[in-house]
Amino acid sequence: MSLSDTGVAERSTGAPSAGAGRSGRGLTERLLAVRELSLLLALGALVLVTTLRNDRFLSGQSVKDLLLGCAILVILAVGQTLVIVTRNVDLSVGSILGLVAFATGELFLAAPGTPWPVALVTGVALGAVCGAVNGGLIAVARVPALVITLGTLYAFRGVDYYWAAGQQINAADMPRSFLRLGNQTVLGVPVLFLVALVVVAVAGYYLRSYRSGRELYAIGSEPAAARLSGIPVGRRVLAVFVASGALAGLAGVLYAARFGTLDAAAGTGLELQVVAAAVVGGVAIFGGSGSVYGAALGAVLLTMIGSSLAVLRIDPFWQQAVVGALILAAIGLDRLLALRMAARLRGRSAHGA
Amino acid sequence: MSPDTGESTSSPLLVLDDIAKSFGAVAALRGVRLALHSGEAHALVGENGAGKSTLVKILAGAHAPDSGRMTLDGKPLLLRGPADARAAGIAVIYQEPTLFPDLSVAENIFMGRQPLRSLRRVDTRAMNRAAEQLFARLGVRIDPARPARGLSIADQQLVEIAKALSFDARVLVMDEPTAALSGVEVDRLFGVARSLCERGAAVLFISHRFDEVFALCQRLTVLRDGAWVSSGRTADLSVDEVVRRMVGRDVDSLFPKQEAVLRDTLLEVRGLTRAGVFSDVTFSVRGGEIVALAGLVGAGRSEVARAVFGVDRYDAGEVLVAGRALPPGNPGRAIAAGLALVPEDRRQQGLVMELSVERNATLARRAALARLGLLFGGAERAEARRWTRRLRVKTSRLTAAVGTLSGGNQQKVVLAKWLATHPRVLIIDEPTRGIDVGTKSEVHRLLSELAGEGMAILMISSELPEVLGMADRVLVMHEGRLVRELSRDEADETSVMLAATGQGAIA
Repeated sequence: MSLSDTGVAERSTGAPSAGAGRSGRGLTERLLAVRELSLLLALGALVLVTTLRNDRFLSGQSVKDLLLGCAILVILAVGQTLVIVTRNVDLSVGSILGLVAFATGELFLAAPGTPWPVALVTGVALGAVCGAVNGGLIAVARVPALVITLGTLYAFRGVDYYWAAGQQINAADMPRSFLRLGNQTVLGVPVLFLVALVVVAVAGYYLRSYRSGRELYAIGSEPAAARLSGIPVGRRVLAVFVASGALAGLAGVLYAARFGTLDAAAGTGLELQVVAAAVVGGVAIFGGSGSVYGAALGAVLLTMIGSSLAVLRIDPFWQQAVVGALILAAIGLDRLLALRMAARLRGRSAHGA
Repeated sequence: MSPDTGESTSSPLLVLDDIAKSFGAVAALRGVRLALHSGEAHALVGENGAGKSTLVKILAGAHAPDSGRMTLDGKPLLLRGPADARAAGIAVIYQEPTLFPDLSVAENIFMGRQPLRSLRRVDTRAMNRAAEQLFARLGVRIDPARPARGLSIADQQLVEIAKALSFDARVLVMDEPTAALSGVEVDRLFGVARSLCERGAAVLFISHRFDEVFALCQRLTVLRDGAWVSSGRTADLSVDEVVRRMVGRDVDSLFPKQEAVLRDTLLEVRGLTRAGVFSDVTFSVRGGEIVALAGLVGAGRSEVARAVFGVDRYDAGEVLVAGRALPPGNPGRAIAAGLALVPEDRRQQGLVMELSVERNATLARRAALARLGLLFGGAERAEARRWTRRLRVKTSRLTAAVGTLSGGNQQKVVLAKWLATHPRVLIIDEPTRGIDVGTKSEVHRLLSELAGEGMAILMISSELPEVLGMADRVLVMHEGRLVRELSRDEADETSVMLAATGQGAIA
C-alpha cells in the first residue's frame, strides 16, 4: 500500500525521511506517487496562470495570506484523513471548531490572565472530548459514522448557539499574546502554517511508520479481515475520532487567534470543504488508501483556487463550480489509475505465480 | 472417556472437549471433541454444514464456544478474540482469503507483527525480506511490495499460507486450503505442513479431497450435523468407512418422499453443451417426479441449472418445457413457460436482505400484482401471507427485513417467492444448505407435497442423505458429464459416491 510510503511526499512537504536509501521502489509506489505529483502540477499551473494575469499574486504578502488561509483547512484535512482511511467520516469537525473557538473566547472573558498555552491545551482537550462522544456513539450504537457525525454536527452547533445566545466576542476581549499567535510570522512564514506543517509531518510519519498507523489502513481496507487478524478495531476507530476531534479543537483555537471576532457560526459548512480537500488529495472515500500529504495538498489547492479566482476577477459563483469539477476530476483520475494498476498487476500476477 | 480413541503416543498438544456452540436456535456444534498431537497432521471431515468451519472459527478465537473446555499443553485455553489465538500460537488459514487489498503483500503477512527498528518504527525493508524468505520456503515468487489487490485466488491463498507460516505456529489450522491450488502448489503446501510437524507443530487439515486427507494426515475426526462421530488413525480407516461415518444415519426416516403418480414429461434437456463447463447433458423430468442432480462441488451441476433456466448461454443442445422448446439465454421466457430456479446462494442471488419478507416473497410476481404499474400493499400482503403461511415461515411480522430471519426461514422465503409464480418445473439448487435439521425436513416435506401436486422438480444437492431420501431418480455428474443414472432402488451412498468421484462409472 501506500501513498504514505512514497518519497514524493517527503520531498514535497519536508516530512522527515524515514526510508532513506530504500531502493527499488515498486511499480505501485511509483504509480501512487502520481497523486502528490499531479496535485503539485495542478498547484503549479494555477500559480502560473494567475501570476501571468496579475504578478502580485506571488508577492510576499499574497503568499503569506495564502499560507495563513490554508493552515486551518490543512489541520482539519489531516484529522479527516485519519478518519476516512478507516472507512469512516467525521462531519462534525466544523461544529467542533466553532464550539472550541467560542469556548476559547469565553475562557479569556472569564479569566483574562490565562496564558495562551493553557487556552491551547484546553481547546484541544475540548475537541478531543467531542471526538470521544462521536467515537463512543459509533461504538455503542453500531451506526455508520456518517449518521452519527451528521447528528453531532447539529448537536455541537446547537450547544454553541445556546451558549453564545447571540453574543459576539471581539478581539479586544482576548490577550494580545494570543492574537499574535494567529498573525505572527517566523522568517516570513506564518506560525499557523508552521503548526499545520508539524501536524502533517507527525501524522504522516505516524501513519507510515507505526504499527497502529498501518492498522488504520488495514481496518479501512477490509474491516472483517482486520478483526480476524486481531486488530482492536473498535479501539482504533475510537482513537481516530478522538484525534480528529482534538485536531478540530486545535484548529478552533487557531481560528480564534487568527480572526479575533467570534460568534456561534464560526466554521459553519467547513466539514464539506475538509472532506473535499481529502478526496481531491487522493484519500479513498471507502478507506484503505491515501495520505495526509495528499490531503494537505488538496487543502492548499482548494484555498488557492479561492484566492486565485479573486485575483482573476472571476465571479465567486464559479469558485464552487470549479471545486466541484476538481472533485469529479480527482475521482475520475483515481478510477483511471485503479483500472490501469489492476491491469498491470494482473499481468504481473500471471508471471509471479 | 478419552477424547481420542486412537492409541496415543504422546499427550496431546491441543484438546477440545465437549464444545457446544449455537447461533440463535440453531445448534452448530454440540459435544464436539478433538485432540491434536504435536508432530501430527489431523484431518477434520464432514459433510457441508457438519460444523467444521464453526470449529475453525472457535480455534481462531473468532467465535467463543457456549460451553466446553479447551486446553493447550494441559493448561486451560481461553480465547477472547483472534489476538488471543495468535498469542497462543494458533494460526488459521481460512477457506476464503482474508486479505487487505490496499496493503502490500508483506504487510498483509505481518500486519500487527511488523518487524520494528528504533523508536518502534516499522522496518519495511526487513519486513519485505522476511516475506521473500517465506515465499522462498513455499517455492513461489510473489513480489512482497505489491498490493494484494489483483492477486489471483491461488496467490491469495499462498499469501495466507505464508502468513500462517510467519507465526511459527504451534497449531496450524487449514480450512480447505487446497481448493484453489494446483497440484504442484498442493505438494509444496504439504511439504511445508510436514516440515512444521517435524518441528513439533500440530496441523488440523480440513478437506473434501480424501486422497489429500489420507496422504497428509495421521489421524482423522469425523463430524456430522455438528456432533462428533469418531476419531482415529487414518491408517485404520478406508475411504468407504470414512464416507459411511460422514453420512451415516437413518436416511429414509428423515427424508420422506411420498410416492406420486408420474405424469407427462415436463422438462426435457437434450445434448446440452457449454464448452469447457459441461457437455452433452441429456435428461428429462416428469411431473410428480423429483430428480436429484448429484456430484462433487465443481462437477458443473449448478452451471447446467443456470443454462437450463437461461441465465447462462449454452453452445449446443436444447431445452423443452412441456414439449415446447425454450429460447436459450432468456430467463423471462423461462419463467413465462413455468420454470423456476431457486439458486444456491440465497443471500446474493435469491433475496434482497434489506427488504421485508412480503416484498421478497412477491418480488417475482410484481408484474402480475401491479395495477396500472403501481404496486398496492394489500395485494402484495395477501399474496405474501398465503405463501409464508403455507411454508410456515417463522417471522414476527411480514414487514421484518429478510436479513433478520434464520437461514432456514430465509430459504423458505426464497421458495415462497418462486412458488408464487406457480411454476410447473422447479429447479432447486442446494435446497437445505446451511439450515437446521428441523427446517430441513420441512423443506423436504414441502418439495414432496409439490411433486404430489404434479410439479416436476430438479434438485441439486451435495448432501447424500438428502439425495437418497428425496429423489425418485439420481443423475450423477462428474467433470461436466452425466456419468450415471440411478433409480431409487439402485442409489445408495456407495454407488452415488463412486460415480461422483469418477470411479466405476457406466456412462
